[in-house]
Amino acid sequence: MKMNENLIVSLKDIVVDFDGQKVLDGLSLDIHDKEFVTFLGPSGCGKTTTLRVIAGFVTPKSGNVFFDGKDIANMPPYKRPVNTVFQKYALFPHLNVFENVAFGLRLKKMAEDEIRPKVLEMLETVGLKGFERRSIHQLSGGQQQRVAIARSLVNQPRVLLLDEPLGALDLKLRKEMQLELKRLQREMNITFVYVTHDQEEALTMSDTVVVMSGGKIQQIGSPQDIYNEPKNAFVARFIGDSNIVDGVMLRDFYVNFGGHDFTCVDRGFKPNEPVQVVIRPEDVQIVPPSVGMLTGLVREVIFKGVHFEMHVDVEGYEWIIHSTQASQPGELIGMNIGPDEIHIMKRSEV
Amino acid sequence: MLKSKTSRWLAGPYLLWMAIFTVVPLVIVVWYAMTNTAGQFTLDNLTQIGRYSSVFARSLILAAISTVVCLVMAFPVGYFLSRLRANKQHIMLMLIMLPMWMNFLLRTYAWMTLLEKNGLINKFFGLFGLGPFNMINTSGAVVLGMVYNYLPFMILPIYTAMTKIDDSIVEAAQDLGCNVWQILFRVLVPLTGPGIATGITQVFVPAVSTFIISRMLGGGSNLLIGDLIELQFLGNSYNLNLGSAMSLVLMVIVLLCMSFTSSFDESEMEGVM
Repeated sequence: MKMNENLIVSLKDIVVDFDGQKVLDGLSLDIHDKEFVTFLGPSGCGKTTTLRVIAGFVTPKSGNVFFDGKDIANMPPYKRPVNTVFQKYALFPHLNVFENVAFGLRLKKMAEDEIRPKVLEMLETVGLKGFERRSIHQLSGGQQQRVAIARSLVNQPRVLLLDEPLGALDLKLRKEMQLELKRLQREMNITFVYVTHDQEEALTMSDTVVVMSGGKIQQIGSPQDIYNEPKNAFVARFIGDSNIVDGVMLRDFYVNFGGHDFTCVDRGFKPNEPVQVVIRPEDVQIVPPSVGMLTGLVREVIFKGVHFEMHVDVEGYEWIIHSTQASQPGELIGMNIGPDEIHIMKRSEV
Repeated sequence: MLKSKTSRWLAGPYLLWMAIFTVVPLVIVVWYAMTNTAGQFTLDNLTQIGRYSSVFARSLILAAISTVVCLVMAFPVGYFLSRLRANKQHIMLMLIMLPMWMNFLLRTYAWMTLLEKNGLINKFFGLFGLGPFNMINTSGAVVLGMVYNYLPFMILPIYTAMTKIDDSIVEAAQDLGCNVWQILFRVLVPLTGPGIATGITQVFVPAVSTFIISRMLGGGSNLLIGDLIELQFLGNSYNLNLGSAMSLVLMVIVLLCMSFTSSFDESEMEGVM
């Protein structure tokens, strides 16, 4: 993926505390121009606060916020070249669709004959052509969300901030809107900063995912990096299902776990260093017990539509395996894992 | 839910009450206003009111000033209250309503002793060699009394309307480029329209018809409609017919005021829900 190397937003050592409780703890982050960045993490991890620091709604206790190289830490929200799409839409209930979208332009004292085509074009872009006279409460949740997006984008912000904008929509609509947001970002050719707790959403849309926990960044990387090469157990657990087992790195390219020596692609650990091994549920191959590297006892089989989810007991660890073929509960199975599917992490406390 | 046929009877006691104590007296007032002492039909009572137009004007102006003062004070405090945490909101609301638990006459009487020539305020100024100021028996004192007594009725409906405005609406306005004044006039005022309308009615209507406040704090020179009416019924110029006519005109004024604010109410109500 081609990435513009120009920084647009830079956070440096941001500390935010609410009532003495640290919400952001020395957070530093660079956001590139025209990038789709997602802050991902469980609730309370500081992702929304980070977004609000960029928007200007939260003033950090210490640290700097740079926009295009200029420190904007003390600039009020209404002067910042960013716009926000709020979780609860926050549309103005006393204005109709057109006036909601025109709101920012009117504040800029733009001429009426300039406002009209801009608003109509933006409504068409978000798929709401012909809705301009509707009042807000005549719209469905999805339509309201589109108005909120149009209301922000019409101001041509350099950065669009989106705070869990799809949280209130049903699954099908959410998936549609994910693709649409991605399309909008490409069409408008601006930076999107997106906040979500939904890892699938993050992986679907983002160029860069920032995984956060406890007011700190756990990992920054492309969706593939985050999924395939989690830096620690928190990231591995948060992004999709994974089996995390303790093991010992015997030497470069050799790791022991579950009572078996595996070849792997990792190196650079001390000989016999204790490590954690991450194996994705879909990366375990089921084979007859006699030829398996590991053997396990099937405890439970759950049908998930595309695949079966099996809970397998391997030497006291419960493994999750995804397979298109179901084994029976109580059955003994063999399990093979290829070198590429094994990901080694340093032991962490998380 | 009870069937509508059954539930219709539930309003019965009140309808009876209203018929006896509101509709019948109203008819009597109209009757008196349209007749002379001999009981013959006449419009003289109504035409005579023109002579008192200065009193009517003073009532309207003082009530309007009080309403504006209340509005200007209540709006910011309403916003402030609505952004407090729930338990603090309750305490603050109690404090705002606290003066209302005291007897109305007592409250107004207290202002008399404060504002008098030898009252507490002038004594205080006297310590610095200032005054005494002439405060009692002025129209300013009447406005003060109105604001003091009716302010809570402005704060409460505005506060209620404010609580329905989500923080994120205000943030969205800021985000789109509103400074403080633009937030106020483009978002908060339109969204609290119904509350403002209710507040205006609740302050203006009692203020325009009061007679106690003007009598206690305004002295003889600040006669209001209420005083004028009282004089016709209980005072020296005993004239039931003229008094009724004045009451009728006052009612029309109040009705006009209420229909103006309630039309505002309905058009905005939709938006807030």
